[in-house]
Amino acid sequence: MSTATVNTGTSGRATGRRRVRSRDERSLGSSILLHGTLILASLISIFPVVWLILTSLKPRDGWLSTELKLFDDSSLENYTRVLTETQFPSWLLNSVIIAGLTTIIGVFLASTTGYAISRFRFPGYRGVMWMLLITQMFPVAILIVPLYNLMAGLGLLNQIPGLVIAYMTVAVPFCAWMMKGYFDSIPREIDQAGMIDGLSPFGTFWRVILPLARPSLAVTAFYSFMTAWGEVAYATVFMTGDDTRTLAAGLQQFVGQHWSDWGLMTAAAVLIAVPAAVVFLLVQRNLVAGLTAGATKL
Amino acid sequence: MATSTGRATGTTRDRAAGAVDGARGPGRGGRPGPLRRSLSQYWYAWAMVAPVIVVTAALIGWPLVRGVYLSLTDATEANMGRTIGVNVIPSTYEFTGLDNYVSILGSGLFWEKLTWTVLWTVACVALHYGIGLGLALMLNRRMRFRSAYRVLLILPWAIPPFVAAFIWRYLYNSDYGVINAMLRGVGLGGVGWLDDPTTAKIAVIAVNVWIGIPFMMLALLGGLQSIPRELYEAAEVDGATPWQRFRFVTIPGLRTVSSTVILLGTIWTFNMFPLIFLITGGGPGSSTEILVTYAYREAFTGIRNYSGSAAWGVLILLLLVVMAVVYRRALRKQGEVW
Repeated sequence: MSTATVNTGTSGRATGRRRVRSRDERSLGSSILLHGTLILASLISIFPVVWLILTSLKPRDGWLSTELKLFDDSSLENYTRVLTETQFPSWLLNSVIIAGLTTIIGVFLASTTGYAISRFRFPGYRGVMWMLLITQMFPVAILIVPLYNLMAGLGLLNQIPGLVIAYMTVAVPFCAWMMKGYFDSIPREIDQAGMIDGLSPFGTFWRVILPLARPSLAVTAFYSFMTAWGEVAYATVFMTGDDTRTLAAGLQQFVGQHWSDWGLMTAAAVLIAVPAAVVFLLVQRNLVAGLTAGATKL
Repeated sequence: MATSTGRATGTTRDRAAGAVDGARGPGRGGRPGPLRRSLSQYWYAWAMVAPVIVVTAALIGWPLVRGVYLSLTDATEANMGRTIGVNVIPSTYEFTGLDNYVSILGSGLFWEKLTWTVLWTVACVALHYGIGLGLALMLNRRMRFRSAYRVLLILPWAIPPFVAAFIWRYLYNSDYGVINAMLRGVGLGGVGWLDDPTTAKIAVIAVNVWIGIPFMMLALLGGLQSIPRELYEAAEVDGATPWQRFRFVTIPGLRTVSSTVILLGTIWTFNMFPLIFLITGGGPGSSTEILVTYAYREAFTGIRNYSGSAAWGVLILLLLVVMAVVYRRALRKQGEVW
């Protein structure tokens, strides 16, 4: 437990009589309380994930145990079953392709739009701002039926492009907001310098501003990827073929109404969650900066 | 290419655009009309926004218009036009005016779902914000293991929501779930968490709180760190107690961040589809069904009731827009910018 170390200097502990404690100083008791609370919160926060991993390592029917056991003949049986006996690999491939395409297209569209609404005041500016805000509120329920009919009419059901297009509508508005927030923080003088050097507005954007916005691009990319990776409603409705499902739609097969196999489920969940979590933890610092930059200037 | 007249009409708001024009070299002669002029002045801005506008118009605008139209008809799966093989069956649904709305608003079901949705949203957002702020305040202190706590605490955010939903469903499982195993371990009986309306509601709220806290915590932590240190030092010099420092420095300093994350959180929670859909499927009965999942169920189970579902969707959208407008107005009254 750490006790107070730093004083801001106005009044040291030596004075003894002070009633107002400085922010960076605390008694042993409050230190214990502080760390205790944080440890408890951390435990709650990681427990489900830890339990998931432990369960996935149990043998085939290990999940059917009513006793609490942390380890129980650890084996990778569930993993081999998921990878060899189910459609999991093709679902994974679908998800990767769909999420990847959504990310690439989404980031491109979001950054051009974000740049335009950050730098230019053009007729229709307010309209675009409002549109981006309102579309974030759209409940999936109102769009899903017409979109389903639209996709059916265009023959895009069970097709990867169909789902990618649907995810654009979810990811792009929010990403454009975030990009705008970041572009706002890049001084305009940089654009002007680029243009004085003879670049066109597009050239300035592409060769000067985009490279500067790299952290924010990473965040936006990550956000679009996660949106596409974890979406359920559209995926469930639009992708119904056994081999065209995405992970979010496919996993529902493991724990259906008539039959469930949590062993498969947990192993699949670990395979999905661990890479996502690792990437997430790597970019999280940028993510927060990007989110708050975009959000506070909303 | 910009002409001098084009630039002269630019107001100060158009400074950036004007600056852009200035760099574009001399105009092409002639005196273009107002349309050409604004086209030449703004074409690159429009060109950059255009893809998003087109995509949005095609994929949100058109379905929205069509959704609103469908909500005014009696379209279901049975009378919807479709193509089976080479046979094209024309649509036979009819325009029924506001019938759908009347029957939805007149049914107890809508109000029941609305009450639960509001309860769900308020409970979730309040807990997100309260706990998130508490944790952010703690993490904002100088202490050992700070970054370790931080990483552990944001872990739930790193798990895709649908995976989280499945994990929790397993934890809640009444026979094999670890929560009941723990309860039995300390001598209490197991609870059928997802079998009873009340416990099911508590269960889904708990999961959503678990998932949503990291975002709030990190956003508020960012906000806390942007409050100038000098303010606290000044307050300390003036002899402010910790509570007073919190009340008169921290809270006002967090205003912008708070208002934004609360608005976003409310919208997200209101529309939180995957959790409820995957954890309880709306059950038992339809007790945990929020408006969004209910509308989805109308549209895609049994005889698909497209028009009814569309009407629910329109009502949900109206609720959210009203809420956002009221919220914005309230903020503006307090002197917020946006």
